[in-house]
Amino acid sequence: MPQARAGEEATGAETRVERRSERELVVTRTLNGPARTVFEAWTKPELLTRWWAPKSLGVSLFECTSDLRVGGVYRYAFGRDPKNPEVFSGRYLEVTPPARLVLTQLYERMREAGEAVITITFEESQGRTRLTLHQLFPTKEALDGAVASGMERGMRETFEQLDALVGSLHQ
Amino acid sequence: MGPNLFAALGEPNRFRIVELLRSGPRAVNDIGSRLKLRQSQVSQHLKVLKETGLVHAEPRAQQRLYGLRAQPLKQLQGWLDRYRRIWEQRFEQLDELVEELKREEKADAAGKSR
Repeated sequence: MPQARAGEEATGAETRVERRSERELVVTRTLNGPARTVFEAWTKPELLTRWWAPKSLGVSLFECTSDLRVGGVYRYAFGRDPKNPEVFSGRYLEVTPPARLVLTQLYERMREAGEAVITITFEESQGRTRLTLHQLFPTKEALDGAVASGMERGMRETFEQLDALVGSLHQ
Repeated sequence: MGPNLFAALGEPNRFRIVELLRSGPRAVNDIGSRLKLRQSQVSQHLKVLKETGLVHAEPRAQQRLYGLRAQPLKQLQGWLDRYRRIWEQRFEQLDELVEELKREEKADAAGKSR
């Protein structure tokens, strides 16, 4: 398992992934900027297209719309092939700049799995922002299914435990 | 590998059983007494673990011993690695953008105060 790099440990910049329950997944990370900047980067389409898609996977965000108000809808179309994109869509349930954002999310390829509810909190301290992305899936199966389909989901066991487990099996 | 592996390990007692089996294959009653679980519970958990391919049973002398299989765990670790890496890369890209936005803001502020 990748160990946290020394610098990340010291600054708290390490990306953590935790499965809190059968339906909840939490990602945390600290960013070196004020909350309002991070909030904007998370909600303005022209900014989202600049960071949201992981470039090393050859993935792009082809289309991004965001009507940032309670009840407003958003849509991200991304992937490798613009003709056959993956789509996340949903609506904003709560918009409290720059501290909190609650939205629904439907992965359109797995529409029958239902909507997840995502709560993102931005906590600023000394010019840095602690970001917590909490994802609540409609069912346990929806989370398991999302993981299995190769979407970016994780699980709750610590990496160290699994690392030790896998390491012991190599012997 | 199906999604069952995640559900299987998400249950705390099943995870404890898998951890215990790291030290080697064991019989049901041995697992039960070490983890303070009823034999029927252990059997039920082992059944789930067997279905995911995490655990296999091998007959030995008068009893059946349960042991770990490596392959599903390696696959699971691969998924976890990938998941975390995707988010880490997003955040690294966001780090760059945040730095740029901060610089722009500073430049704007300097422009306005002139």
